[in-house]
Amino acid sequence: MSVSEMFAALQGALGQDQDIREEIRKVVQALEQTAREILTLLQGVHQGPGSQHILKKCQKAREHFGTVRTQMESLKTKFPADQYYRFHEHWRFVLQRLVFLAAFVVYLETETLVTREAVAEILGIEADRERGFHLDIEDYLSGVLTLASELARLAVNSVTAGDYSRPLRISTFINELDSGFRLLNLKNDSLRKRYDGLKYDVKKIEEVVYDLSIRGLNKEATVGPGGEK
Amino acid sequence: GSGGFRKRKHDNFPHGQRREEKENVNPPSALMTSFKSFQLELDTRHDKYERLVKLSRDITIESKRTIFLLHRFTSAPNGEEILSESEVKLNAVRQKIKQVAHELIGEDMYQFHRAISPGLQEYIEAVSFQYFIKTRSLISVEEINKQLIFTAEDREETTNMTSNSRDKQPHKWSLKVTPVDYLLGVADLTGELMRLCISSVGNGDIDTPFELSQFLRQIYDGFTFIGNTGPYEVSKKLYTLKQSLAKVENACYTLKVRGSEIPKHMLADVFSTKTELIDQEEGIP
Repeated sequence: MSVSEMFAALQGALGQDQDIREEIRKVVQALEQTAREILTLLQGVHQGPGSQHILKKCQKAREHFGTVRTQMESLKTKFPADQYYRFHEHWRFVLQRLVFLAAFVVYLETETLVTREAVAEILGIEADRERGFHLDIEDYLSGVLTLASELARLAVNSVTAGDYSRPLRISTFINELDSGFRLLNLKNDSLRKRYDGLKYDVKKIEEVVYDLSIRGLNKEATVGPGGEK
Repeated sequence: GSGGFRKRKHDNFPHGQRREEKENVNPPSALMTSFKSFQLELDTRHDKYERLVKLSRDITIESKRTIFLLHRFTSAPNGEEILSESEVKLNAVRQKIKQVAHELIGEDMYQFHRAISPGLQEYIEAVSFQYFIKTRSLISVEEINKQLIFTAEDREETTNMTSNSRDKQPHKWSLKVTPVDYLLGVADLTGELMRLCISSVGNGDIDTPFELSQFLRQIYDGFTFIGNTGPYEVSKKLYTLKQSLAKVENACYTLKVRGSEIPKHMLADVFSTKTELIDQEEGIP
């Protein structure tokens, strides 16, 4: 093979690569659009109290995750299944965002941390690498960290809305999350940077709990779920 | 000074204790159990990455040494010896790559690509340099990949455990060089060829430079054909490639113009001063 033939072949391979990336970018854009819609929807929970109001938002968000699943299906067809990490960068951001949104919905509904398997199911992907398009563990953890800062915000807004019990529950949850993350030996990468922000969320929520405690507001909350109307 | 420090340390202590207590009181919750498994998964992944980085470093070092050895080829009278020595060295490098490939069995190669890419590029540079010296042509990706197919039997043969080799079924695995790694390796090769050109004139060899300038021009044309289809790193190398080509072309020019004027026995001297000039230029960024 002559040199020019070799380079022509390489150019062909690189050109194909670019086409694949182009296709992926299109689907990822659609996914980002859906993610924005879900986020806008869920932002409504900061506006008023009432579990009924929140659960309705969650229900609507769940409907949108149907769209996410079809878009994920289409993303899977755009590249060879065994080259996930070759194109990982293209969907990494949106996937983390979607993990956060799914985790937020699940938290609002059940006040627990969504498992990796459950997120994968909500998004219509796999939890294991062996079984196809999967959810990378670092992306899952990143999404969970975003949830932590959203909950810090929710704690503040719950108080404003007169729901004094929620911050206490959020505090327990975040503290457990914090101990969970302290088990991990993180490398000096983007996940580690995100994790470094967790302590500020913990601090924020502790402040809210403190404010409630010194005013005796947490006592009336512990009476029962009557704190929520 | 130290008293104050001790006091501050004491203040912190109950705080730390409080946290520990909280963890101990709670039985492992579902959340903690899953984070324990995350810890395991992340640690396994990071360990593998570190092992690959280390292998990649070893591959780089050994490949660099092979290139240095091959540069002695033109000046030495025992060319064959150097070639066979380089083959031994490259085989050793391939053993390292075999370990890399072994680590990557069942993995997505691109997940760890950043760890091994520098080593692979250096290996490609070395192997294509040797190939050029032997055949005066460019090694293809397919050729490189062909040498990176490994079998489990191989290893047992080298460690003289023939009795065991029959029990185990021959297991095959391979490593595929990506087009981008190949391109970057070839781009580095051109720098070596430029050095080879300059030193060969120093040895009174006036045919090699022309051959090299021809070859480099072909590679340069190839790279311009690819242009910006490739990733950013490839376009970045294009600039250095152009410089290398210019140096070789200038060397050929000097040979052509002044070669006819200067008596043959003085040619080497004239050129060695020219070489110094080129080396100095290279020093300026």
